[in-house]
Amino acid sequence: MHRFANPTQFMRIANAIYPWVAGVAILCFLFGLPIALITSPADYQQGNTVRILYLHVPAAVLAEMIYYAMAAGSAAYLIWRHPMANLVAKASAPMGAMFTALCLICGMLWGEPMWGTFWVWDARLTSTLIMFFFYLGYLALGDAFEDPERGDRASAILALVGVVNVPIIKFSVNWWNTLHQPASLSLTKSNMSGDMLLPLFLMMGAYAAFYVTVLIIRVRSELLAAKIRNARMSQIAAMPQMAE
Amino acid sequence: MTRKSRRLYFVLLGLLGLGAGLALVLTAFNDNIVFFFSPTEVAAKHPKPDQRLRVGGLVVDGSVQKNGTEVVFTVTDMSNVLPIKYVGILPDLFREGQGIIAEGHMGPDGIFAANEVLAKHDEKYMPKEVADALKKSGRWQEGSNAKHPAPENAQR
Amino acid sequence: MDAFRDFLDMGGYAVWVWSAYGISALSLIGMLVWSVRTLKARQKEFDVLKNSRG
Repeated sequence: MHRFANPTQFMRIANAIYPWVAGVAILCFLFGLPIALITSPADYQQGNTVRILYLHVPAAVLAEMIYYAMAAGSAAYLIWRHPMANLVAKASAPMGAMFTALCLICGMLWGEPMWGTFWVWDARLTSTLIMFFFYLGYLALGDAFEDPERGDRASAILALVGVVNVPIIKFSVNWWNTLHQPASLSLTKSNMSGDMLLPLFLMMGAYAAFYVTVLIIRVRSELLAAKIRNARMSQIAAMPQMAE
Repeated sequence: MTRKSRRLYFVLLGLLGLGAGLALVLTAFNDNIVFFFSPTEVAAKHPKPDQRLRVGGLVVDGSVQKNGTEVVFTVTDMSNVLPIKYVGILPDLFREGQGIIAEGHMGPDGIFAANEVLAKHDEKYMPKEVADALKKSGRWQEGSNAKHPAPENAQR
Repeated sequence: MDAFRDFLDMGGYAVWVWSAYGISALSLIGMLVWSVRTLKARQKEFDVLKNSRG
């Protein structure tokens, strides 16, 4: 783990896997989208609206996974002061917020024709919305301080506070009765026919590979921002009359 | 103890405390988090006529009667039934045997007057042909929804 | 041509299905473009800084 704390080591590995994950993302989209939209069957109850599932479920899974990654990075930053862990968390947050928003929007566009409503305040939908607010809070808090390090620390603490909400999203449909139905997939069984699982897994793969690809781009970007800050500091330090 | 391990224990303890606190709060507010009640729970609660609540259950086969815009049907949780009347547009998924949730209040006549009816669906997804084949071969298991109107099953 | 019209119609659920796909596509493309642009801008900024220091 400490090996990844070194930015050079980290970027060496990231650059090596970058073309591969980008390729996987493109391939999964290329095969997944036509299957999801055209060749996969309509559902016996929900007709063609089931095609929204191939966007809604991957977005939900990614939103939760990215939150765990962001919280783990924040913990590593707070405990061991790993700067790379913090950069990964920071680079992940906008994508986590985007996937949460997509999960909610696609869910609403599915709920209206099937359930008869865009939104209800049941435990599943409410806890997902709370996760979205934690993402927004993380993004806002990072920029709220004059001293960037204090902002990083405050937002890392917020990320850790919010992590207790994420398992609640997962288990809300089992713990309470909700309008949202329980999970169709678990490690041991599936309530989904195989020709619907294929586009689901392809789109999940596409979303996951997209996340890793853009994550590498964003981490590069964050590293450059840190370098620019350092360069500015040393410039100012070199010119004492300007620093006054 | 080094500063790093102190910070580690601090974070772990903080998460533990937060989780425990949240668990307590969620248990305390359990009744408010539950989205709907089953006909059995409604029968036990004797809600007042002005009390808004949601009931959920499976629409009983053959119980749906339409008189113009008014629909009357019965929902069941497999142990109790509750008649519901509703005026308005039903969601596309509304059909007999399907889980629904109705929001409204108990009428003095023992009929639940709904202002809104939402369709609940189960976690099964399959093409029509597969569903037909399953029904034909007798391997169709009705009502994975049926257990959800009774939250006791899931909780304890 | 009828098959294509059926595909666009999505069994009467065209509005819901296509707006979900449209919004998702726009968001993902937007995220990619924004991230790449930020990286390029910072690379440029950093190069200028490095050159000015000599």
